[in-house]
Amino acid sequence: MLQLDHLILTQGGFRLTADWSASPGQRIAIIGPSGAGKSTLLSAIAGFFPAKAGAVQWNGQDLGGVAPGQRPVTILFQDQNLFPHMTVAQNLGLGLRPDLRLLPEDRTRVDDALTRVDLQGFGPRRPAQLSGGQASRAALARALLQARPILLLDEPFAALGPALRAEMLALVREVATETGALVLMVTHDPEDARALGGDTCFVADGVAHAPVETAKLLADPPAALQDYLGRK
Amino acid sequence: MTAAPRRDTGSLLALLLLALVAAPLGAVAWRGAGLTLGPADWAAVRFSVTQAALSALISTLLAIPVARALARRRFAGRGALVTLMGAPFLLPAVVAVLGLLAIFGRSGLLNSGLQAIGLPPVQIYGLQGVVLAHVFLNLPLATRMILQGWQAIPAERIRLAQSLGFDPADTFRHLERPMLREVLPGVVLIIMVICLTSFAVVLTLGGGPKATTIELAIYQAVRFDFDLGRAAGLAMVQLAIGAVAALAAWLLVRPAGLGAGLDRDTALPAPRGWRLWADGFALFAATLFLILPLLAVVIRGLPGLTDLPATVLPAAVRSVLVALVSALLTTGLALGFALAAARHPRPLIEVAATLPLATSGLVLGTGLFLLVQPFAPPMTLALSVTILVNVALTLPYLYRVLLPEARALHADYGRLADSLSLTGWPRLRWLILPRLARPLGFGAGIAAALSMGDLGVIALFAGDRQATLPLVVQQLTGAYRMEAAAAAALILVTLSFALFWACDAGGRRAAA
Repeated sequence: MLQLDHLILTQGGFRLTADWSASPGQRIAIIGPSGAGKSTLLSAIAGFFPAKAGAVQWNGQDLGGVAPGQRPVTILFQDQNLFPHMTVAQNLGLGLRPDLRLLPEDRTRVDDALTRVDLQGFGPRRPAQLSGGQASRAALARALLQARPILLLDEPFAALGPALRAEMLALVREVATETGALVLMVTHDPEDARALGGDTCFVADGVAHAPVETAKLLADPPAALQDYLGRK
Repeated sequence: MTAAPRRDTGSLLALLLLALVAAPLGAVAWRGAGLTLGPADWAAVRFSVTQAALSALISTLLAIPVARALARRRFAGRGALVTLMGAPFLLPAVVAVLGLLAIFGRSGLLNSGLQAIGLPPVQIYGLQGVVLAHVFLNLPLATRMILQGWQAIPAERIRLAQSLGFDPADTFRHLERPMLREVLPGVVLIIMVICLTSFAVVLTLGGGPKATTIELAIYQAVRFDFDLGRAAGLAMVQLAIGAVAALAAWLLVRPAGLGAGLDRDTALPAPRGWRLWADGFALFAATLFLILPLLAVVIRGLPGLTDLPATVLPAAVRSVLVALVSALLTTGLALGFALAAARHPRPLIEVAATLPLATSGLVLGTGLFLLVQPFAPPMTLALSVTILVNVALTLPYLYRVLLPEARALHADYGRLADSLSLTGWPRLRWLILPRLARPLGFGAGIAAALSMGDLGVIALFAGDRQATLPLVVQQLTGAYRMEAAAAAALILVTLSFALFWACDAGGRRAAA
């Protein structure tokens, strides 16, 4: 279980608090106005942003001193999810062994993961030879290989068109189901939250509110969320 | 956190370099304290500053028309000319001196011409020769820096000027003069710093009571008088002057790109008429001035290649070894600094990578001589000391080449690599070396060529069996064995540029 225990994040005049928990298998969209701190919250969970007070805990263990790569976390960034100088297969291999000393069975797993995201045969290519959607799928395939308990998505599909985005969200749901991972996904589009299924955490005015079932939240949004959505 | 040990490595390396620079300075201060400067020493101080100021002013003034011509004209060979302007940075000073002697020396081209028409010969030794050589070595650097200023004038402003119907005089008053006012002080300062610590040029073309710099006086105090106290005192003076000049330059100036192409297309108007002829003349004269001495070295040196003095080849081998080891150490150290500083601002590293700029080869050399001498004959450590001093003096340049690249790498891929636990050796192997191969190769090439051509500390330490190739060239020149000197210089300059080219091309090829 992921627990944000009286977590306080500050940077300059910015301040964000969060105090809630989430369990494996849960799928949580994080929405809110830009600058509200959605990505900062993800950064704190991933280990890139130190907490001012409180703690990020996983199954009761404080992750405070744990390096990003040692956390039970896979993260997909907005861009730069693949190293451009490595082949797609090498990029995926990093998810298994950072020193890339891959055994034959590791290579088989990489090929299987590529097949899983419909990229069979793309292993020897460089990321520059992939389309935006293909690159996103390759990054998701690596998340599949890492199979860590928490999957963080920081608007990785923001640059894709609506159809591709829906396709990627479906793939995220499948990957999450297969690995049983807890998914936290930052988005600014309530439709993405709906498509992800599950719950939504609304971030505004310095607070990351506890996740609420998305359908219920969007049907009867609180005032701040109404302002953000622009509905009367 | 895995970041912690990395941070400590950076600090440790910085402390190591600081110790390497500070220990000799401490030795110099200890031994040199209490020395009172005699009239000869004051003369050396005056000459140092005078020649550096004159060299800087003349280089800069001459560079203005050349840079303007390069900025506003487009012609075949312009790219090659800009590249040529980058070369003297890597040209060993002893080779430049030899080339200038062939043109301006007693029996050189110029004096033969003057004699033929019955005019008295000109004398190259003394202040005029030192300044001439410094202008030769620094005119290209000044040109490149001023050219950058010209190219930094925003295209929008140039278009506006054209639409307002500015003539060349208006353009100069409203666009070019403000730019020059901003750029020129930095150019003068940088060249002054370089000329204040110049040694090889003054060793050959200077000398005597009227043309001795502090650097040369230090050398003479150690080598001829074996008066280490006086050498240390002079080194203190050199350090004080160098520190003031270097810090002023560092605060005022962003260093010019050493290898950038500078061929961005600008919309600068290219006036016709006499200005076209003036630009053509500036470019022609500058090219001739830079090419002729080098050509003379080649022409004089080629026949001598078959009959080289026995000292040349062993010296060449020593020089290449020194260059390779220096390049490897400097590049590794600069990379370590740049990677550490890319994560967080690191004042300790910044200080360690800047302090050497205030010193000079002879200052550090004197200090190391004082440190080594009680324990071992300095001669036996000549090559190791040369490597150490080369590393310390080249590191600031390499650090500045690598830092922006390391910052970009960290910004683009640092988090991804961290989240994948790509640390330690795999991070170096799979991320840093492939992504930074190009600047690393370029930096290693610069370090190797500078180290190959450097004549400074080695002159303090070496006996016949430790001489490097620049020292052999200088000794042959000093003995007026011009053909042998030119042949050795030809080998030296070929090896220097070959080392630079090999490292640079290797980096490009390895770049992903």
